[in-house]
Amino acid sequence: MITTADIYPVLPELFLAVAAMALLMYGVFRGDKSTGSCSWLAVLALIVTGVIMSLLPENAESAFRGQFVVDQFARFMKWLVLLGSALAVVMSMNYNAREQIERFEFPVLILFASLGMLLMVSANDLISLYVGLELQSLALYVIAAFRRDSTKSSEAGLKYFVLGALSSGMLLYGASMIYGFAGTTRFDALAALFTGPSADPGVGVVVGLVFLLAGLAFKVSAVPFHMWTPDVYEGAPTPVTAFFAVAPKIAAIALLVRTMVGPFGELFAQWQQIIVFISIASMLLGALAAIWQTNIKRLLAYSSIGHIGYALVGLAAGSEEGIRGIGVYMAIYLAMNVGTFCCVLSMRRQGVLAEGIDDLAGLARNHPMMAAAMAIFMFSMAGIPPLAGFFGKLYVFMAAVNEGLYVLAIIGVLTSVIGAFYYLRIVKIMYFDEPADAFDRTAGREIGAIMAVAGMFTLLFFVFPSPIVEGAGQAAAVLFASG
Amino acid sequence: MILQAISFYAFAAVTVAAAVMVISARNPVHSVLFLILAFFNAAGLFVLMGAEFIAMILVIVYVGAVAVLFLFVVMMLDINFVELRQGFLQYLPIGALVGLVLLAELVLILGSWAIAPDTASRAAAPTPAITETTNTHAIGQVLYTDYIYLFQAAGLILLIAMIGAIVLTLRSREGVKRQRISDQVGRTREESVEVRHVEPGSGV
Repeated sequence: MITTADIYPVLPELFLAVAAMALLMYGVFRGDKSTGSCSWLAVLALIVTGVIMSLLPENAESAFRGQFVVDQFARFMKWLVLLGSALAVVMSMNYNAREQIERFEFPVLILFASLGMLLMVSANDLISLYVGLELQSLALYVIAAFRRDSTKSSEAGLKYFVLGALSSGMLLYGASMIYGFAGTTRFDALAALFTGPSADPGVGVVVGLVFLLAGLAFKVSAVPFHMWTPDVYEGAPTPVTAFFAVAPKIAAIALLVRTMVGPFGELFAQWQQIIVFISIASMLLGALAAIWQTNIKRLLAYSSIGHIGYALVGLAAGSEEGIRGIGVYMAIYLAMNVGTFCCVLSMRRQGVLAEGIDDLAGLARNHPMMAAAMAIFMFSMAGIPPLAGFFGKLYVFMAAVNEGLYVLAIIGVLTSVIGAFYYLRIVKIMYFDEPADAFDRTAGREIGAIMAVAGMFTLLFFVFPSPIVEGAGQAAAVLFASG
Repeated sequence: MILQAISFYAFAAVTVAAAVMVISARNPVHSVLFLILAFFNAAGLFVLMGAEFIAMILVIVYVGAVAVLFLFVVMMLDINFVELRQGFLQYLPIGALVGLVLLAELVLILGSWAIAPDTASRAAAPTPAITETTNTHAIGQVLYTDYIYLFQAAGLILLIAMIGAIVLTLRSREGVKRQRISDQVGRTREESVEVRHVEPGSGV
């Protein structure tokens, strides 16, 4: 039976679902000329969802027989997801209009994808995990292929769809094994099952866990399940790439953390080695493969694989401190990536989008402000103090060192030194190479504003780190208090 | 009891044989027909297990919709399947190797299959005894109450699939004749009928 106690926790999601469907109706009846108003209404819907979420009481609550849970961790991650989605909608407007792919379905699909992410973050059951994941993924497949006249975009959509379906299959296989051997899909029941002196998870559950991890690693694009990332990032329209790089990654990392720390917290010894491996592999590949890239979107794809590797260091530590590090890392990652993609969206010459790294040559002379912002983001991604990116890495590496994972921390530091090479190469191209022609100044005022805010955040994070660090700290604490 | 055992082995044997024929038949239409046979026999297995609702769903959804859709696609697309199958055999060793590894792994896992005695009692929705209620009733009782959240979310997924199909394939084509009822009804005799005087024996 549905009671009001079930409705209250899901109120934000309920609002978002209804808003998305209402917006769909509005768009269908007004036609494609309503795209602009649809986009702004979608941003408004995301903001209102966030407001409703913050108005609800702050304690942890579960609904629908424990299939859905809202706690401080979910709230923190949902804030990031909503912010990332809203920014992606704003960033897409000018671009879509210019590329003549302006259609009202775009903001609607982003709203549905965000709804899927909110369900993922709040999933407390293997079935609701899968349902949220599919809701998100299906919308993402469609917007990856949104520029359907372009072969590259269609290819990106198809590749993402086929590989995503494969990973969903692995995830489901793992989930069915866990259900078969444990007899329940609920996270709290699973956690209770593995706790205690006589609890023996058995081989079946562990094999299921490995498959589940493989499916989730695909969604966060961690090595060795990363192959789709560069192609999809390159082929998809740039604002879609910006969206892919931010919100779905945050949601998938949140889901991964909740699944590992919650129901399988007692099996830490079993999954820790897997997380350590994919973390090291992601950091290495992210650092090495990006060196030879000439396309900025591909480069950012490899960079995001690397960043996921760093974030997973926090999970490998498995401590409250590590999870707090992941929260801080994802918040900073959001700001850096949104800012960088704003710069990429501004790279347009005579109406044609430039995507090569060489196109940035001499940017400092033609567009000093944009070059300064890009330099801040690149220095931050490389992890140079006192920029935000340095603190993100500091928190996860400290957690790893405190748990005795010295090798992991050392590899992390070494790969970020290697990674610094290609980030700094961009700065060098912008400041010291012969200037290429200037870019058009048509990116729009919103893009400039987002770039400026993201730049200020990245630059001044060390002055006021407490709101984010404390928020992430509370989020991490709640996971360990219950488990 | 003996009748049940005989039916089980008959259904199971036909299912496996039909499944083998699906991938080995030369003609793709035959493949689809064998697939339908496999589905029917799987439905028979479900009936033997007392899951008559799933058996009926299997027949209605898989045979009625999915397999028929396959048949349409196979017949309408002009694909040379014989050409596609060339080189099929050269992947056989690798395929067989992967299959063997998977089989070995499955045997290893199943070998250690130890279900805790209270597994069944932990199930989220315990199955009521078959004498008390029918399958359909039992599923309906939990689907719209305990699992309403998942049911609604699944509905949203289908909505997205629909939006996605429209976004990616619907386009407005030029030069297509469409039905415009008001224009068609509003036509007068003068603008649509032309009277010509035709000479006998000369044609139009």
